[in-house]
Amino acid sequence: MGSRRLLSLLVLVFVLAVAPLCSFAQQEENHENAPNSEAVEGNGEKKKLDVSSEVFSHVGDAHSWHIFSMGEKHVTVPLPVILYSPEKGLSVFSSANFGHFEEEKRDGKTYGITESYNGYHIERGIKEKVIADDGSKVYDFSITKNVLCMLLAVAILLLLMTSVGKKYKKNAVMTAPTGFQNALEPVITFIRDEVAKPNLGNRYMRYMPMLLTVFFFIWINNLLGLLPFGFNFTGNIAVTLCLSIVSFIVMVVSANKHFWGHLLNPPGVPFGIKLLLVPIEIISLFIKPVALTIRLFANMLAGHIVILSVIFMIFIFGNMSPVAGWGFSIVSVAFAIFMFLLELLVAAIQAFIFANLTAVFIGQAIEEPHHDHGHHHHGEAVNDTTGQGYHVSANEIIA
Amino acid sequence: MDLLTPDLGLFVWTSIAFLLVFFILRAFAWKPILKSLTERETGIADAIASADRLKKEMSQMQAENEKIMAEARAERAAMLKEAKETRDSIINKAKEETKVVADKMIAEAQQQIQQQKMAALTEVKNEMGQLAVAVAEKVLRQQLATAESQNSYAKLLAEEIKMN
Repeated sequence: MGSRRLLSLLVLVFVLAVAPLCSFAQQEENHENAPNSEAVEGNGEKKKLDVSSEVFSHVGDAHSWHIFSMGEKHVTVPLPVILYSPEKGLSVFSSANFGHFEEEKRDGKTYGITESYNGYHIERGIKEKVIADDGSKVYDFSITKNVLCMLLAVAILLLLMTSVGKKYKKNAVMTAPTGFQNALEPVITFIRDEVAKPNLGNRYMRYMPMLLTVFFFIWINNLLGLLPFGFNFTGNIAVTLCLSIVSFIVMVVSANKHFWGHLLNPPGVPFGIKLLLVPIEIISLFIKPVALTIRLFANMLAGHIVILSVIFMIFIFGNMSPVAGWGFSIVSVAFAIFMFLLELLVAAIQAFIFANLTAVFIGQAIEEPHHDHGHHHHGEAVNDTTGQGYHVSANEIIA
Repeated sequence: MDLLTPDLGLFVWTSIAFLLVFFILRAFAWKPILKSLTERETGIADAIASADRLKKEMSQMQAENEKIMAEARAERAAMLKEAKETRDSIINKAKEETKVVADKMIAEAQQQIQQQKMAALTEVKNEMGQLAVAVAEKVLRQQLATAESQNSYAKLLAEEIKMN
């Protein structure tokens, strides 16, 4: 049974790793047929492979969901484009209206430009941008590929977690967990015992819902990013910025007087050093969310780029000679499988690290003074500290 | 640098979705789950604590039982010992009393035997004395008469003796 499962897992991983190949291969052909392609020198010559733009177009966001191409046929799911321009107001239409990208060289760089629709077109450099034809300002709130990924993750999260939550409400407290409860419970207790309790002390219950949501939101999205649909939600800096801003707001809101006192007016420090120390402390406060943002973003993006690069090596070698391409595909796929498994691990580790660092930062902000001189600092921060250990009632789960 | 500039749209959608997910899950998933988990853990901890307490109580009771058993055993042994002592003392006392009585009876019997022996001897002595006196009297009476009478008397006596 065990070896059979392993086999099916390997097949799955292989399929996942190989599936994007079809689309890459077909795109290559498209380039060949592109009318303004300068690299086409003869009938049999292939266009030079632009690996970096291919890789970045796959890790970047897109306004339509391109799944794969067969020959000239592109299988693409059009997504809604939602634009707001201060001049033209709101416009909502399908991304299918934009049509295909045509290549255009400008300032030594290659851009993909779509047809114009409703006075807008998409320009693709490293990233896709919606630009108004007349150059006016546009705010882009489109349901992009990454928003779709997120909505999928949200749907999965809500369905799974609320169904499990219902089970807990329905069953008596002392009944043994069944089904998905068994999978979820260790993760929740892990977050509680390894992340919340050590960092947040006896007020951990307040922050548990926040930490759990952050952890599962990132984890599910990381895992969706590993599917061969081209999602890269958590490898997008807008997403990680949003998540770390949420953590930062929770941290700042729950910070007590002791924390602000030590930050803005460190006790027992000469005035001259205070002038130096306070700006550094303030900078360090804002560096925390920045570190959270960059860490998750860079880790996920790097993982995706490495997997894609390994796959693209097949085409680099294939460009030299078909035999080299076929030969190297074995090495490449093996390495991609390894990277994929590694990313599976990284998906969980990064979600854990994000939740853990959030807990660490909040823990620093709500830390109570240890010394006697800090007693007058307490204020209301202590008053709502009621239970500890097991005696924290469910009513206390606020934040 | 393009990759490092966050897109407004994605940022807004993520914020909305994350907050929505957070509030929904907090109400319908995390709160009931965490509440049940803590309650279950408290329940288990309580059960273990009460089991421990019961175990302690049991061992205490067992110790008490053993103590009571040991006391009972000691008491039994003491009672047995006492009974044995009583028995022995009764036997000894009886033996002594019997001996005393027996000695006394033997002494009395010996005394009586002695007395009866003495009485018998005295009677025999008296009888013999009387006989001798009677003989002597008779002899003397005969001597006081004539020689002839004495002879005849002697003859008579002899005859009497012969006849006897």
